[in-house]
Amino acid sequence: MSFLTLENVTLRFGGLVAVNNVSFHVGKGEVFALVGPNGAGKSTLFNLISRFYDPAEGDIRFEDKSILKLRPDQVPSLGIARTFQNIELFEQSTVLQNLLVGRHRHAKVGGFAQTFFTPAVRKEEMEHRRIVEEIIDFLDLQPYRDKYIAGLPYGIRKVVEMARALATEPKLLLLDEPASGLSLEETQDMIFWIEDIKKHMGITVIMVEHDMNLVSAVSDRVLALADGKELAIGTPKEVQSHPEVIKAYLGSSGLDDKKEGAKK
Amino acid sequence: MPRGEGFDLDMMQLVISGLANGSVYGLIALGFVLIYKATEAVNFAQGDFMMLGAFITIWLANPQFLGIDFWIAVPLAISIMAVLGYLLDLFVIRKMFGQPQIAVVILTIALGFIIRFVVGAIWKHEPQLLETPFAGRELRIGELVLGFEEVAVIVVTLLLTLFLFLFFRKAKLGKAMQAASQNQLAAYYVGIPVKRIQSLVWALAGAVAAVAGVLFASKGAVDPSTGLLGIKAFAAAVIGGFGSLPGALIGGLIIGLIEPFAAYALPAGYSQIAPYAVMLLVLIFRPAGIFSQMQKKKV
Amino acid sequence: MRFVFKRSYNDDIKLFKHRTQMFWYLALLIFVVALPWLIDDFLIGEATNVLIWAIAGMGLMVLAGHTGQASLGHAAFMAIGCYANVIMLQRGVPFIIAFPLSGVIAGIAGTIIALPVLRLHGIYLAIATLAISILTDDIIVITAPWTGGVGGLAAPPFDIFGVDINRYGTPILFYFLTLVVTLLVLWAYRNILRSPLGRSFVAVRDSEISAQALGVNITKTKAISFGISCAIVGLAGALLGLFAGAFNNETFNLVLSIQLLLMIVIGGLGSIHGAFFGALVIGFLPQAIAITRDGISETFGLGTIIIPGIESGVFALILIGFILFEPRGIYGRWIKIRTYFELFPFYRKGMFKRQKTYLKTERMK
Repeated sequence: MSFLTLENVTLRFGGLVAVNNVSFHVGKGEVFALVGPNGAGKSTLFNLISRFYDPAEGDIRFEDKSILKLRPDQVPSLGIARTFQNIELFEQSTVLQNLLVGRHRHAKVGGFAQTFFTPAVRKEEMEHRRIVEEIIDFLDLQPYRDKYIAGLPYGIRKVVEMARALATEPKLLLLDEPASGLSLEETQDMIFWIEDIKKHMGITVIMVEHDMNLVSAVSDRVLALADGKELAIGTPKEVQSHPEVIKAYLGSSGLDDKKEGAKK
Repeated sequence: MPRGEGFDLDMMQLVISGLANGSVYGLIALGFVLIYKATEAVNFAQGDFMMLGAFITIWLANPQFLGIDFWIAVPLAISIMAVLGYLLDLFVIRKMFGQPQIAVVILTIALGFIIRFVVGAIWKHEPQLLETPFAGRELRIGELVLGFEEVAVIVVTLLLTLFLFLFFRKAKLGKAMQAASQNQLAAYYVGIPVKRIQSLVWALAGAVAAVAGVLFASKGAVDPSTGLLGIKAFAAAVIGGFGSLPGALIGGLIIGLIEPFAAYALPAGYSQIAPYAVMLLVLIFRPAGIFSQMQKKKV
Repeated sequence: MRFVFKRSYNDDIKLFKHRTQMFWYLALLIFVVALPWLIDDFLIGEATNVLIWAIAGMGLMVLAGHTGQASLGHAAFMAIGCYANVIMLQRGVPFIIAFPLSGVIAGIAGTIIALPVLRLHGIYLAIATLAISILTDDIIVITAPWTGGVGGLAAPPFDIFGVDINRYGTPILFYFLTLVVTLLVLWAYRNILRSPLGRSFVAVRDSEISAQALGVNITKTKAISFGISCAIVGLAGALLGLFAGAFNNETFNLVLSIQLLLMIVIGGLGSIHGAFFGALVIGFLPQAIAITRDGISETFGLGTIIIPGIESGVFALILIGFILFEPRGIYGRWIKIRTYFELFPFYRKGMFKRQKTYLKTERMK
């Protein structure tokens, strides 16, 4: 059984081919990285998997079932969670409330029971909270639990967004540039966390990342993209030394410059 | 409505008066579109701007008030409204920079209340008519008798829309306004004074409202609640697609035409629903208007 | 400043965060219960009016404050609640059934209307709901056999388990009826906010995209919010009809819709408190203006000046003041004042500074 499969996926915006006939599959328990220059179509692939975009051609299958018939809000119920490149948190809510929204797909009590806050609702709320607290412990977010997002630094927001995705208890986690804008230390933490997510939680991770240190530290396999086309696929080493990849990067601005250090 | 011999002529007159009303709606809608394009907010007080423009002109031109010559009073009223628009942005709207568009909407609704209150307090609530040099004149084309005002309204509206259309296409300021509306930050970086441009757009919207007010008051009486006409202009703007200047005019004309024909064809009580019903249908089935394509927000 | 020690997850679910808070709300409750013995019947009528506004305000707050969908058409659903209630009462349905049912009817009507309309964003939604508000007037006239059209309807006398309740005959009982409804709505509202449903409302308000990515069905959530909002507003409408005694097509006009929205903005969008603060402002503004006017004319010996429309003018002016200087409304200002005293002397001016954002466009160029 294959876990996630993209088959000949093509997406066009008007005349622009954002994703051009891309195929790959990700095995269960893998950490899979998407790399490539800006505009290569990496985030677009995430948006395709999240069903925000409809592919013009091709098929996307999760656990052997095509997801192309699903609405975006049905994707999480399969066990797919994601973060966003530009952080999409609920700014006017606390960290805790943000994470509890992550529990949405596990909410079972009906609206009527919620209106009267029956004991069943209370019981379920406590259970959601217990799971959220585990994630808070795992990602060291205790000091920020009751803080509003609007007042948090960028690095913490990145972690909160990942925590919120974990709160959905996913099988597959899509991380869009988890280390961009993070300090060296924070990036180190991120490396440990991603390894733990893979090893201890058994969650498959696909990430878009420019920081090649992070990519080579945690990824099992890497897919390099340029202009929506697949350049190379393989272990981090193989891909980094692949002539097509080097050419694509030199054509833009060189591999190391792509590390977007402490941006913002 | 008598049928038979005079039927076609009646129809024709219905069309002309519908178009004349529609032109006023179109002009108010033009004001919506101008401000929407520049700031992505909607000025819910645009109808009240029109009413204020009408009253300022009446105050300047009518003999019972200042009695200035009509041809001086009109440009003066337009300038006053433009200055008011500019000042409004400078002192109020600009402070809203960075707030959600709905806050601006609520602000302009409140502004409408205030304009209605102030006009009522100054010029009272009785309906007033603008006395124009061409009042009561008629235009005869064969057997067709048309009110001069109605024809003038249509002609002026067409010219003004054409002027604005060309202004945004050709003039440097117009292009800068377009750029500022499409991407504030980028426009700022290439050296366009975004804030001043925004004030100028409000000034322009004020001037357009004044023209609409003059036209409206010359063919029918105005009172402080006339500004609620702006709601019909929403229907016009929606039908035309909120971002399009010619669309606003066409939308206005469509609404203007729907009204008399709905009154002609439908029983009383149902006819005044028609413009809003059409607007709701457009909103539900073609939310971006009947002339444009809507696109999803990018993630 | 207080530090609350939490011992169980339940501490975050409780309706009151700590003892002192509970004490103050209890004191407030005792005050409003004792109110009829403190003030005369005229003022009790005013207090009832404020409570009805507060219920309507809570109704709109669910939608505009917590789900982020501004409606300019909520008077339409007040009308539905009002007419449904009175029409049922006239046909002999007991109040205890007719009243909740009128809320349900308004809620269902709201949900049905919401489904096509709520696909619209921001101003388009505002305009569509505006159209609904305008159409209400005409529809009431068209359905005259039921609604009495221009002639209107008169609220029939009603009783709860044999106890007659009448706005003029037994104003205190009417006040208590309104108070009970207010408290029930308040309780249900708080419950929703601390449940998954309330969180999904806020999620839709703050980021539709990430709400979707977490499995929140945007359309469904908005429709539920619209439904709940309309049901509450419908109850307020039913009470308003009984309170006013008689109403017609012009009672629930556009101005009422707009006032309702402006009211919760003044009170403070996004908090239940805001609905109550706004209701107090709108309820007592006419009195305040009258008193000020009399004061001015007495001081200067001007005689009585009556300027029509001054109430909405002043109201609008207050609103603009709030939007410019305190966008969080009265409640936001209250939080700041409270924090100032709690932290005294360590309050910093920038503590509540909001982040300015550049225009977040919904257009794609």
